[in-house]
Amino acid sequence: MSATTLAELHPGDIATIVSIHAEEALHLRLLALGFRTGKQIELIRKASFSGPLQVRIGTTDVMLRRSEAAKIEVRKA
Amino acid sequence: MKRIALLGMPNTGKSTLFNRMTGGAARVGNWPGITVELLSGKILLGDDMVEIIDLPGIYDLHGFSDDEQVVRHFLHDNVPDLALVIVNTTQIERQMSLLLQLKQLDINLVVILNMADEAKKFGISVDVAKMSALLEMPIFLLSAKYGSGYPEALQAITKALRYPTPGMAEQLRSQLEQDEHIETEMARVLKHTVQVPARLSDNLTEKLDSVILHPWLGLPIFFAVMYLLFQGIFIFGQPIQGGIAELFTWLRETALVPLLGGLPQAVQGLLLDGIYNGVATVAAFVPIIVLFFLFMAMVEDSGYLSRAAFLMDALMARLGLDGRGFVMLLMGFGCNVPALMGTRVMRSRAMRLLTMLVIPLSLCSARLQVFIFFTAALFSPKAAPVVLFSLYMFSFGAAILTALLFKGRFKNNEPFVLELPPYRFPTARQMVLRGWLEVRHFLRRATKFIVAGVVMVWLLTHLPLSAVPASADTLAGMIGGALHPLFSPIGINEQLTIALIFGFIAKEIVIGALAVIYSLSGDALGSAIGQQLDWVQAYSFMLFTLLYTPCLATVATLQSESKQLKFTALSLVWSLGLAWLVSFAFYQGARALGY
Repeated sequence: MSATTLAELHPGDIATIVSIHAEEALHLRLLALGFRTGKQIELIRKASFSGPLQVRIGTTDVMLRRSEAAKIEVRKA
Repeated sequence: MKRIALLGMPNTGKSTLFNRMTGGAARVGNWPGITVELLSGKILLGDDMVEIIDLPGIYDLHGFSDDEQVVRHFLHDNVPDLALVIVNTTQIERQMSLLLQLKQLDINLVVILNMADEAKKFGISVDVAKMSALLEMPIFLLSAKYGSGYPEALQAITKALRYPTPGMAEQLRSQLEQDEHIETEMARVLKHTVQVPARLSDNLTEKLDSVILHPWLGLPIFFAVMYLLFQGIFIFGQPIQGGIAELFTWLRETALVPLLGGLPQAVQGLLLDGIYNGVATVAAFVPIIVLFFLFMAMVEDSGYLSRAAFLMDALMARLGLDGRGFVMLLMGFGCNVPALMGTRVMRSRAMRLLTMLVIPLSLCSARLQVFIFFTAALFSPKAAPVVLFSLYMFSFGAAILTALLFKGRFKNNEPFVLELPPYRFPTARQMVLRGWLEVRHFLRRATKFIVAGVVMVWLLTHLPLSAVPASADTLAGMIGGALHPLFSPIGINEQLTIALIFGFIAKEIVIGALAVIYSLSGDALGSAIGQQLDWVQAYSFMLFTLLYTPCLATVATLQSESKQLKFTALSLVWSLGLAWLVSFAFYQGARALGY
């Protein structure tokens, strides 16, 4: 039940989005891709060399950079 | 003529549907209010010709990305008679928001729930009749890829076009930024009409991803795939290219030369060595472009390109580029022209321009021919591979340097959040159509430019008519002489300067030009150059050849893709400047060290 950010999850972790602290452009894009408060999100994998993350939200797989994932606050299930 | 605009999010199969509707008879055109070109095609619907416009995929009608602005401006300045909204049925839960945004614009809408085949596989079921009633718009389930449901949808579109569009709100960008209304409306419609299984059963994609995106295996697999692509294009492409070149030579010798025999020597030369060679130069690119886009369509449509972006992003992000840019950069090592055209997959203009600035520095196969000739002439067989390898390293280094220097100027403001679509089998139809469209685009855009360039260089190297072609007495020779103070500090003599002027057209003709300049060919030319130059001069010449303007076709493509004379000029000036500086540093450095 600990609050953390999406960037700090480990592959296989499932969490619930608590809030999104992103600037408007990123926020809109995330909304359109289905990122909403209260939604479940699963971290599938992290790319090597501090590369991007692959997450699954609803029926969509999305990749985003760690810097962007750090703006998404989640609570681990 | 009535206009239909295709609208939808990325990865909805919008372009596939567009191709199905227009049958590949599309053209690229400009529209009021926007600066990018859009694909459009005219088809007969019912009794009327109708124009269909393929708008870029957008996530949000109120978003800030380049594409989202393009769509907004397009809709504002060119109100369509009908908007055909394409929705990916497998992601209907989140794609409906765009649909509801469009509904508020009060334009005629027909909705296509695409990828019906995939949705069925996932176990997603949609009550189309009910959704149609709830949303008060015609909705059709369809598979653009396989064509099921297509005739019914087309009929509805024809019918919908009979009614005038209710008009279009001027306050396009008004209300609904984040509105609650769309949220609740979406939930209501979805609850009543769509059933999605709790967990999607898509084991294939998951299994493939666990190998392809594996922390250690992913990168080696990526490089193996790239290597195969690269080899594939050239194993198939080179014989075809050779065949086309032979065909053009044959046509010239058997038909054109006898036909034009009566004309004065100079006119003959202009027609044959100028215009005809220009056309032949253009034709030589056709097989490579077709093959490149056949393979690219495969990589893109299968879903691998976004995986490549995932794998390479860690490195490329530091250069201000993304993983897709790396794929194009690698492809540039084969031929810069299709690699530049391929950057269209990047939707952010700034990042696309930065990638296009970097690609011309890749050591393409035409430059390789020059280097092989020079290394054979001046270096021992043992040293030759090392020399070639060092040139590849210089090429990579120049690309990295350029990206680092210019990433501030071409700053990408779009968030890097990409979908990873499930793996799909591309259809042969889609691949062939893509190859064909790209070649037509290239021929239309580049032919005039390239032919004009070839004619210009012919004139430079043959005027005045009294001079021996390509000698010091021609215009090119005079330019070479005038440029001497610029080129002697980098160890390049006047003959080689003239060859560089030829090389502006295409690197393939540099050796041929040297043969004309020295009146020698083959091994004799090699040994003459070997005696005249030392290795420092030769290496400096190769560095210059590596970095300065790759060829006219590349310049023509830079211009037709960027549509910005300033950008094309920047690319030319930067590569020339970099070439001179690198050659200068190398030549003077080596001389100072006593070589």
